[in-house]
This record gives sequence, C-alpha cells and structure tokens, in this order.
Amino acid sequence: MLADPQVQVNDPRSRALLLSALYNAQEQIGWLSPQAIQQVAEQLNLSPGQVHSTASFYTMFKLQPGGRYLLQVCEGLSCYLMGGAETVLERIHQRLGILPGETTPDGKFSLQIVQCIAACDYAPAIRVNDELYGHISPESLDELLAQLSAQGEGVENV
Amino acid sequence: MFEPVLTQNVQRADSEKIATYLAHGGYAATRRALLEFAPGELVEMVKQSGLRGRGGAGFPAGVKWGFMPKDPNIPKIVAVNADEGEPGTFKDRLIIERDPHQLLEGTIIASYAVGAEQAYVYIRGEFYSGYQRLIQAIAEAYQHGYLGQDILGTGFNLDISVQRGAGAYICGEETAMLESMEGKPGNPRLKPPYPAQIGLFGLPTLVQNVETLACIPHIVLRGADWFASIGTPESKGPKIFSVSGHVNRPGNYELPLGTRLSEIIYAHAGGMREGKKLKAVIPGGASTPVLTPDQVDTPMAFETLAKVGSQLGTGAIVVMDETTCMVEAARRTAKFFAHESCGRCTPCRIGSQRLYETLERLERGAGLADDIERALYLAENIDGRTFCPMGAALVNPARSTIQKFRSEFEYHLEHGECLVKLH
Ligand SMILES: Cc1cc2nc3c(=O)[nH]c(=O)nc-3n(C[C@H](O)[C@H](O)[C@H](O)COP(=O)(O)O)c2cc1C
Ligand code: SF4
Ligand code: FES
Repeated sequence: MLADPQVQVNDPRSRALLLSALYNAQEQIGWLSPQAIQQVAEQLNLSPGQVHSTASFYTMFKLQPGGRYLLQVCEGLSCYLMGGAETVLERIHQRLGILPGETTPDGKFSLQIVQCIAACDYAPAIRVNDELYGHISPESLDELLAQLSAQGEGVENV
Repeated sequence: MFEPVLTQNVQRADSEKIATYLAHGGYAATRRALLEFAPGELVEMVKQSGLRGRGGAGFPAGVKWGFMPKDPNIPKIVAVNADEGEPGTFKDRLIIERDPHQLLEGTIIASYAVGAEQAYVYIRGEFYSGYQRLIQAIAEAYQHGYLGQDILGTGFNLDISVQRGAGAYICGEETAMLESMEGKPGNPRLKPPYPAQIGLFGLPTLVQNVETLACIPHIVLRGADWFASIGTPESKGPKIFSVSGHVNRPGNYELPLGTRLSEIIYAHAGGMREGKKLKAVIPGGASTPVLTPDQVDTPMAFETLAKVGSQLGTGAIVVMDETTCMVEAARRTAKFFAHESCGRCTPCRIGSQRLYETLERLERGAGLADDIERALYLAENIDGRTFCPMGAALVNPARSTIQKFRSEFEYHLEHGECLVKLH
C-alpha cells in the first residue's frame, strides 16, 4: 500500500498504486470483473490493458468469480512429505465433490492448488481465504469444512 | 550455548508490540546509530561485520551499501525484500509476525546509512497477518518518533510504506520485485544497471532481505567484531534455519553459521521421525542441490556448502527419510519452477516445462528410454542461458537429484513404478 497522499495521478508513481488498487477492487465483490478492471484503470489513468496485464500476472488476483471460501491446498515438497497435498485434495473431493479450479454449486467453496506458503513447519498446510491452517489431517479437515459450511450467510473474508 | 540474537524476542507475549520491544531494549540501536555515528561509519561497520545477504545470494551487505551514490541531492530508496517464496523457507515470516520492530530498526539504520528518506517493504501477498502486524508496527514507530520528520532531532527523515505482493515467486528476485512495486508484471530487469544504480522509479535503491536487516541493530549495539566472532571465516553471524520434512520437531532454529547440518537435524530438530533413516537433505531451499547422508556433517556456511556442490541459499533445510521417492521429489519441485517461470526468456519458459514433463513421465512410469538423459540435457541447456538466475535455480534440484539418485530414476524407467513407497 503506497498510501502516499501526495501521489498525483500523472506521477510515474501512480502506477505503483496498482496492486493495492486491485486488492481494494477485489475486496468489493470478491473478484476482478471487467468493470472493476475498467474502474481501476480510470482511477490511475492507465489503459484497461495495462491493468489486465498486471492483474493476470499474479495468482492472487481473481479474474473469475469463485466461492465464498477459497481453499488453497499446498502441494509443496514439505507438505507432501508430511502426508499432505494429494491426500488433502482427495478428501476435499470426497467431501465437497470439487476438483482444483472448481466451485461448489452453492457457491460456498472453491478449490485451488498452491505452492509452498511458508508454513512448512505446520505441514501439511492449507489456506482458507486469508487464514492459515496447519497440521491438516483428514479429521481436522472434515471439522474445518463442517465449521465453514455451518457459518452463517454474509461472513465475508476475502 | 549459543544465545539467540534474531529470535530473542519471538517467544514473548505481545512480542510484536512496541511496548514489549521497548521494554527489552528496543530502539536503543536506532538511537545509537543516529546519534553517535555518521552514515559512512555505519557502512564501514557493516562491512567489518562480514554480514552477507540472507535472501539467497549471500552478497556482502556492507559492500552493497557502499555502492549507493553518496551525493545527498540524489533521492534514494531502501526496498525490503519480504517476499519469502523459496520453498521450505519460513524464517522471514517469523521476524515479520513476531518481531516487526527489529526489522523496522534495521530498515531505519540502513536508510540513515545510505541516505534514503523513503523505504518500502514488499511483503508476500499470502502473509496477510504479517502485513497487518507490520502496518501496526509502522504506525507505532511513527507515534514514538522513530519514523517521520526529524527523527530523534537529527534532521533525518524517513517514511516507510508496505506494499503487498500478489502471488508470484519470481517477485522475490530483486529486479522483478522492483517491477512489481511499480505496478507492473514481475518480469526481471537486465543487470547491470544494478538496483543501487537504477532501482525503484529510476532511483538508486538498496534491496535487502528481512533477516539481513534484522542483523543490523545487533551489529550496531554489540559491534562488528562481536558479529564477526560468530560463524566461519566466510560466513559470519547468526542464522535462522527453517527445518521441515521428516524430522520430529520442524521449526525455525537460530544458530551460528557453520553449525553442522547433522547437529541441526539431530540435536535441534529432534532427529528423524519414527527413527527412520535419512535419505536426502535440501540444505538451502528448493533451488539448492540436494545432499546425501554422507554429506550431513557439512557445516551450514556459504563456503562449506559450495565445496560439497550445494549452496546455503536461504538456509531452509528439507529433510527426507528412506520412504521418500526421489523421482517424485524432483518432479514436484520441477512443477513449482515450471509454474513460476515468468515467461520472459525461452530457456526458462519452455525448458522448465519440458523438464517437468520429462520428470512427470518418469515418475508416472511412462518414461521414454532417453528421458533421464533428456532431463540432464535440458538442465545443461537451461543453466547459464537464462535472463535471470531463475534458470540456475530451477535446474539445481532436478540435476542434483538425478546425479545422486540415478538408480531410482532407472528403476522407474524399467519397472514403471517406485522403488520405495511413501508412508
Ligand atoms: C528466483 C529468485 C527468487 C528470489 N526470492 C527471494 C525472496 O523471496 N526473498 C529474498 O529476500 N530474496 C530473494 N531472492 C534474492 C534477491 O534477488 C536479492 O538477492 C536479495 O533480496 C538481496 O537481499 P540480501 O542481500 O539481503 O539477501 C531471489 C532471487 C531469485 C533469483
Ligand atoms: S529465467 Fe525464467 S524467471 Fe528469469 S527472466 Fe527468464 S523466464 Fe523469467
Ligand atoms: S511446502 Fe507447504 S507450506 Fe511449505
């Protein structure tokens, strides 16, 4: 966040605000719609193409809508060694019926494979939205999924 | 007994708060640096300490500070690399989340030493709680007069802002990080010019890793000689080793550089899980060549690991026991690098993909007769032919694993299955 109040839109530094502007836009509706890209472009005096090329480079910017909870399963080496990755993905598939890249029909869960998330000391690790969960076992995963499923409407945590 | 230096605060309750930090001697180093030393003296001190970068490349920090132009009329920038993406590494996360003021002190002192009035922390996008703590810590530092205008009445001004990355390993490479900070895709820049010449927004920029900067306050307080008395001839000071994989107690262990790998695994990390036999160790993060059990007494230092054909890297130790399929370990890491190639140059973009496909075929038991040779040939032709050091990073694990565990690859090729079964 280059929250520098002096930065003017025509300052070369204004483009530096792009990543934080994209985060802000993404927070509004959970993803970066073409309209959101357009708005960010107008805010920073950039072309939508410039905004899109940056947004699409980074895996944390979502150019498609997803579920309320984004389950990110680490498939890094340390998580694999500790019995994670594929086994966690399988369990999620059994429980929710989704594969990586998919969203449950009720719009609650999306699934994504990620690389080492610097939590190898808690391997196997997963992230759900911005929360980290470590030492994932089939049982703790079931518990977590049940908890998230039960959580009321409107619990947004992007 | 070695007394922890960089991690001395992390176990305290509320260790991230400035009140806790101040109660344990926090910001004394900043006072000392700004009130008692001229900037040039600090550059000299850091040179004397022998501190080398902890972000992977091991470049002498003081030398890099000395590269920054001396002309006070040129605005300069300090950019803190908190992108921590090297698989197996989780040391910077510890400092950011549990002792952010230590990092801020290092940043303030470095900025004063090189004459920068603006510093940025580029933090990995996934580190959301670290990001929040850092923002909070910066606000506290402003309130206490360690940031802002005329710090401690010295006339020195410094602002620090935080920018979040957004999920791209390559943005840990310093020039890609600068591109990302400018709001662009993270494609590395050609070097030279180095960031100290032309960096962020075209201004001279000092890029330094989190752990490197965390060493600075201690050097200021206890002296360059004290720092240089820890470690080996070419690797000075304390180091946080992130240990993961098949050990009883995975975690961060702060020890002097030069501590033997075997001591870290067996004495500190509690030894092998379930008493199993050690098979392989990655000593410095996923991009460093793998070691075998006969090399486990190697001291964890830049020069000693280079001597056995590997690297200290980030000091992230990944331990694999006898149940590990090395073909799968190589495949997995190759997949990571293929995914993270920024796509700018062909040997890395296409080479990493072909290398992954080759290892994937072998792992799956569908290897072609010449796939082992193909993987080595690809490694040979990627290494040294890429735009940025990612090329070397990506071939290291694949090539070293094939060289050291070739029989496992051959078994996969002949039998279409694994010599070992995991778990
Ligand atoms: C592919 C690649 C990834 C890197 N990732 C990181 C990283 O996540 N964190 C880091 O501090 N340095 C990383 N580096 C090293 C930086 O380019 C740079 O050398 C370092 O930030 C300088 O700081 P230091 O001298 O304090 O280590 C990476 C280098 C390469 C080639
Ligand atoms: S070596 Fe890889 S990461 Fe580096 S510039 Fe080339 S494609 Fe990008
Ligand atoms: S390998 Fe999964 S967190 Fe590092």
